[in-house]
Parts: sequence; structure tokens; C-alpha cells
Amino acid sequence: MAIAKILRALALSLVLAFFLFPIVWILLMSFQTNEEILRLPPSTFFRPTLGNYIALISGHLETAAGELDITFLHNLWNSILLSTSSVALALLLGVPAAYAFARFRFRLGEDIAFTMLSFRFAPPLLVLLPLSLYFQDLGLNDTYLGLIWVYQLICLPLILWIVRGYFEDASPDIEYAYRIDGHSWWRAFTRIAVPLAGPGIAAAGLLSFIFAWNNFVFALILASADKQPVTVGALAFVTASGIQYGQIAAAIVLSILPTLALALYAQRWLVEGLSLGAVKG
Amino acid sequence: MFLRRALPYVLSLPALLVCIGILVPFFTAAYYSLQRYNLAMPGSREFVWFGQYLDLLSDPDFWVTVRVSATYAITTVGLELLLGLGIALLLHERTRFNNIVSIALLLPLMTAPAIASLMWKLMTNPNFGVLSWLIAQVGIHDFRWASAPGSAMFTVVLVDIWVYTPFMMVLLLAGLRSLPPQPFEAARLDGVAPHFVFFRITLPMLAPYIVTATLFRLLDSIQQFDIVYAMTQGGPGDSLMLFQVRAYLDFFQYTNVGTSAALMVVLWAITYLLSHVFIKQWLRLRERTHGNS
Repeated sequence: MAIAKILRALALSLVLAFFLFPIVWILLMSFQTNEEILRLPPSTFFRPTLGNYIALISGHLETAAGELDITFLHNLWNSILLSTSSVALALLLGVPAAYAFARFRFRLGEDIAFTMLSFRFAPPLLVLLPLSLYFQDLGLNDTYLGLIWVYQLICLPLILWIVRGYFEDASPDIEYAYRIDGHSWWRAFTRIAVPLAGPGIAAAGLLSFIFAWNNFVFALILASADKQPVTVGALAFVTASGIQYGQIAAAIVLSILPTLALALYAQRWLVEGLSLGAVKG
Repeated sequence: MFLRRALPYVLSLPALLVCIGILVPFFTAAYYSLQRYNLAMPGSREFVWFGQYLDLLSDPDFWVTVRVSATYAITTVGLELLLGLGIALLLHERTRFNNIVSIALLLPLMTAPAIASLMWKLMTNPNFGVLSWLIAQVGIHDFRWASAPGSAMFTVVLVDIWVYTPFMMVLLLAGLRSLPPQPFEAARLDGVAPHFVFFRITLPMLAPYIVTATLFRLLDSIQQFDIVYAMTQGGPGDSLMLFQVRAYLDFFQYTNVGTSAALMVVLWAITYLLSHVFIKQWLRLRERTHGNS
């Protein structure tokens, strides 16, 4: 039995090492100067510097080739703007629809719900390539509005299916009793149904924020440099000349920090969200 | 009365509009796939019906894409299933320590896949990458990771495993913990051997979760774009030309709208079949867990 315990501990340590090492390593790298990064064997003991972060935040980079302007902070702002507004819009569109699907049996409802679900699994480029041509005609090319609309592809199915499950789990009897008291349908929805499904709505909102933040391909195709979120911006960063490795590492840390923090905060609901509500955590 | 009838339609109208907004470009793509259409040569645009699809079938590059995509999807999902199941079994018991580990393992999954690729790119850099240095210590020199055709697939599969194994783990762990305890207690009282319990009780009872998680991952993996594009843009050569990567390059590098659309419609057909099986399975599981709660 003791051997089994040791083996289990050993296996878990290996698992933890594999999955956490890259994050820890990049974090360490972001506090190193270029000389320290290039030194072999790699140094785990070094004097940490905030230089990389300061360069990113100030947006000015002193290089051998001269001064270089970087817009990483702007990418970060784009990520915040795009993710927040997409989730807000998806909640506005999705919560009433989820309620309708849960409370009323109607043909159109199932059709919409399944179309959204099947598009969750369709190749994004199938929709994105024609859209990139359409957007030019519609004047939506390279606008936040166009991107937020396309981001509904990620956020809306998630919100529809998770929140629908919560509405279905809550008994409609309380709403009926409230209606019999003479309150309007709208009040029953906002005062009873939505608060009861509150945790589900919050979970779905947080998760769609994470997925919107992590999305790469939509903005890669539809946005120019000044509308790009961090995922696309960081990639452009790597290929730009004159950028130092420590600064790339710092940019990576700043890009993943918000989602990792949110994930830790929302971990209770993560299982449900990841499986679109099929498995309860 | 009329209002009551109309209510569900009014409530779902905005979602319906978004649906239509998605369906329009979808049909446009299908329409483009029936044309010879290159943005650089607008004069030669013509309707060829299924000509492009026939061209694809006789194009060796298309078969490279099919082979590379299948290799990628099967390797990643297979390994992630084995690893995820193993880790879920290790973490089965609800202890404080196990819970902390399972939460820590969520972090790679919450990292944007494109950024995850960048992280591994830094770690496998030939000049200073810590992984390049590590494998040199064990005697493997000049291993070129994603920049050599022989090891490029290995490298991106590794990144995919890093990002998505936690997904399998979380779903299977939730499944494991939701299994009824009685069969396991009965087996323990009867002194049944552990491997027998695993193959005859745990695995069959876990099967619906395994099938759902595997199909879910398979659907995503066959469409992988972010990890590969951020790592090598499909190179070196065409060693990583997955469906979506090739369609992207066809469209933006060669402005060949027709071929790109045909390629996407083929991928869509594959995912449609898969998702059909998946959705049935997923609904059954959903019914079950919601029925229990």
C-alpha cells in the first residue's frame, strides 16, 4: 500500500511539473534581462527586473537600432473591449432566448438552438472567409462592431445552452404563483426567473468572456493592427524585429493573466461550461 | 392570447437574426465553392458546378491535408484521452490536495492556444530554449522541434496535449465522481481485484462520458488552426497543412476563393457527420445529469 501511495505521489508530481512548468518558466523569463535569458545553462537564480514590463507599458523601446514604438497596451485594451462587449451583447440576446427555449415548446426554438449548437462545431473559416469579403461591402471591415457581431459565434451558443439548462432546472411554479398575484410576465421574468438562474448566467458570462479573450482566428482575419486583441498582437510581436525575448515573455504573461485569474475564480462552473452543460461538476 | 403565442418568438428573435447572419455567409461559401474564383483574376471567374471538388480529389496536396489532419486529430485525441483518464483516476478521491491539483491543471486549458504556441516556441528556441537545452543534456543534439519536417508534428501535438489534456481530465473526473458508489462497495466487499473493477465496472459506467469527451475533442482537433498557425503557419514544407491552415493560405496568400471554399465545405461535411453523432450522445448525457440533479 505504501508503494502505491509513493507511485501515486510521483505520478501526480510529474503531471503537475509538465502542466505548470511552461507557465512558471515564462513568468520567470519575463523578469529577466536579455543577457540572462541567452545565458546557458538557463538561470533560475537572477536579479529580477521590471524592465520588460516597463518597456511594454510605456510603449517605448530602446534598441541598438534606435527607438521603437510598441502598441501592446493597445492590444490589451482591444481584448478587454471586444470580450466585454461581446459577452454583454450575448447575454442580452441569449438570456431571453434561453428562457423562451426552456419555458415554451415551439418548433422554431429547437431549430435555433440546434443551429447555434451545430455552428459551435462548424469550421470558423467557412463563415469567416465569405464574411471578410462581405464586411468590405458593408463597411464593417476592421470595425469593433463587426468583430463583436462575429464573436457572437463563440459567446451565444455557450450562453444559450448553459442558461437554458438552469431555467429548465428551476421549477416554473414560483413564476406562475407570482403571475397569479397579478404581476406581468415581464416582472415574473426579471424578478423571479433571472435571479433564480443567476449563478448559471454568471458562469456562462465568465466562460464566454474567457473564450472570447482566447479567440485568435476571428481577429486574425477581420481586424487590422489597431483593432487586434492580444492573441493576434502577441504573434505579430514575435516576428517584429528588435523586440527582446524578455518583452515577449512579459507580453505573454499580461495576455494570459486575466483568463487564468478568472478561471481560478470561476472554477466551480468550468466543467459545466466546457461541456456546454452536459456534465455537472 | 395573441401576445402569449407570440412571446417565445419575440424573445428568440434576436438570436434568430444572429443565426441568419451566420447562415448567409455559410451559403455564400458553398456558392463560392462551385466557382472558379480567384480575387487576382476577376475576369476568369466562372461557374463550374462540382469541378473544384473533382479537382481536389485528384490533387495530391489535398490528400496530404487529409493525411496530416487525420494524424493530428487521432494522435492528439488518443493521447489526451489516455492521459486525461489516467490523471482523473489519480484524482478520483475528493481530498483537499486533489482538488488543488485539479484546479491547477485548468490553467493550461485557459491559456489561449495561440499564446500557448508562443510559450512553447520560446522554450524550444534553438539558442536559449530551456527544452532544447534539456534534451541536449540527455544527449540529443540538434533537435529542431517545430522547424524540422520530421519533428514538427511531434512539437505541435505536444502543445495540443499541454492545452487540451486538462479538458479530458475535467470531464472524466466529473463523470467518475458522479458514478453511484454501490457497485464499487459491493465489489470491495467481495474482494474483487482492482484491475477487474476498473475494466468491468469503472470503464463501462464511465463510457458515456468518455464518448462525449472524445467526440467533443475530435470535433475541435480536426479543425485545429491556432496552435499550428502560431507555431509554423503550416510548415515546414506542407508537413502541418491542416484543413483550416491550407484554406487560410489558399485564400489570403493565393487569393483563391474557390478552392479555399471547397476545402472548407469538405471539412464542414466531415464535422457535420461527427457532430451529428456527438449531439445525440451529448443530449443523452445532458438528459441524464439534469434528471439526476
